[in-house]
Amino acid sequence: MREIEFTILENKPITDDICKMVLECSAGEHGITAPGQFINIKIDGLFLRRPISICDWTETTVTVIYKVVGKGTELLKTYEPGRQLNALSALGNGFAPARAGKRPLLIGGGVGVPPLYGLCRNLIEAGARPTVILGFNTEREVFYKEEFEKLGAEVLVATADGSMGQKGFVTDALRNIKEPATFFYTCGPEPMLKALDKALAEGLEGEMSFEERMGCGFGACMGCSCETRYGAKRICKDGPVLERSEILW
Amino acid sequence: MVETKTNMLQTELCGITLDNPVMAASGTFGYGREFAELYDINCLGSFSFKGTTLEPRFGNPTPRIAECEAGLINSIGLQNPGVEKVIEEELPHLATIFDKKVMANIGGFSVEEYAQVAQRLDLCDQIGWIEVNISCPNVRHGGIAFGTDPDAAASVIRAVKDAVRKPVIAKLSPNVTDITKMAIACENAGADGISLVNTLLGMRIDLKTKKPVIANKMGGFSGSAIFPAALRMVYQVYDAVKIPVVGIGGIATAEQVIEMMLAGACAVQIGAANLVDPYVCRNVIRDLPEVMRKYGIAELKDIIGGAHNG
Repeated sequence: MREIEFTILENKPITDDICKMVLECSAGEHGITAPGQFINIKIDGLFLRRPISICDWTETTVTVIYKVVGKGTELLKTYEPGRQLNALSALGNGFAPARAGKRPLLIGGGVGVPPLYGLCRNLIEAGARPTVILGFNTEREVFYKEEFEKLGAEVLVATADGSMGQKGFVTDALRNIKEPATFFYTCGPEPMLKALDKALAEGLEGEMSFEERMGCGFGACMGCSCETRYGAKRICKDGPVLERSEILW
Repeated sequence: MVETKTNMLQTELCGITLDNPVMAASGTFGYGREFAELYDINCLGSFSFKGTTLEPRFGNPTPRIAECEAGLINSIGLQNPGVEKVIEEELPHLATIFDKKVMANIGGFSVEEYAQVAQRLDLCDQIGWIEVNISCPNVRHGGIAFGTDPDAAASVIRAVKDAVRKPVIAKLSPNVTDITKMAIACENAGADGISLVNTLLGMRIDLKTKKPVIANKMGGFSGSAIFPAALRMVYQVYDAVKIPVVGIGGIATAEQVIEMMLAGACAVQIGAANLVDPYVCRNVIRDLPEVMRKYGIAELKDIIGGAHNG
């Protein structure tokens, strides 16, 4: 973890309520070591920081994608390029790309999609051929489908109302996968993660990224603890990514 | 390390010299690990480690955190690995990152349990003080139950005092009508110091779900919003007892440290601010000499209780 004064390069909506923000720092300053980590953003006038997962990064930039859901993200949305943004960077454990095998399966639901993008880029650069399932409520809410395709991933979309791709949930889209997966990674709302745990082949190993209301975001306050097979873990520090096999549903 | 002339910041708590009055408050600093990754925590006067109980505790269901104007509500419920694991794992690790005496914060669900935990920790050289949490608002049949009744508080303090040699500090709850009665009861029971305040009982309701944000419905409110209330109580308690007072509640700046000391605190603890600015303790210590110069203060220990007349 480190504290950084980022400069906002870009901050704009990409759907009705999803925004993309690109932040600049000096080379390597962000300290990100794995996809699936997050930054914790200070917003003027609010006491707690706002944890937002990292979508992708370069040496000097960090891209985050956030959903406008409340006071904090409504304020964040108004921040103009050029403005400084204080954040604690490189928080959480992140995904382990090395475990992917040749045909990893990536499953994202709604605002759980962004951290899978940086993961997907890493996997493709390492020579894997990922299949990506993206789940949304409706076509209007779909984002980043083309970006994943541009990376070279095979992308399947599921929408609850059937307006794009498979009608139904990401679990319904699982049927359309051609080759069996070697490993899976997922991020999304907890009911989706739970449904996936039931739907995916029992022997398939994978990692699931969780969300919880956090205090500090770096393991000090114990605000976001959960019980696992290996004892209590903090979503912010020991997570947000947990092993499928350790999760107690 | 933060470079300061230690003599100008030096203070004392129950016979133990502190290089400076700034401590991190229990429950916001764990056992030091997370912060030691960020900076050398030896710059602190000391810190009070995570409230420790006899048995390991997972704590309360989540959500445990709710944001407020200028603060937050927490309902952790004394999550901790239990006293044995603290002694076997946390203290040896702490010895590698912190050379000074640490304050052991203890919780319990019966008078006997408090005494047992205290007795175990009293044998550890690294520990300077035993801070008895009789003010946790987030557990039933313990904590605050002892912190709102002077007789119950006294019985806990007496039992802990009988079990240990180290100085015992009673950490008081602000959720009482007259905090001086609690402080006097603890002093009469043998407490060597008083620390105050723990969190104020608070609540938030989510307008979308129309239900409490916190799973446990209520929790402890802390953060900059509570500073004036905490300062007032420190001022009152300083007048009411002869034992030293540690000021806690909403502190995040060097100016507020000085204000707390003028009210009567010989040392302070910084809590909620650590969670949003992990460097706050280090920065406050760094800022103190400059702020002292600005207000014509040569040595911090001379200003303790300075706001009281006579």
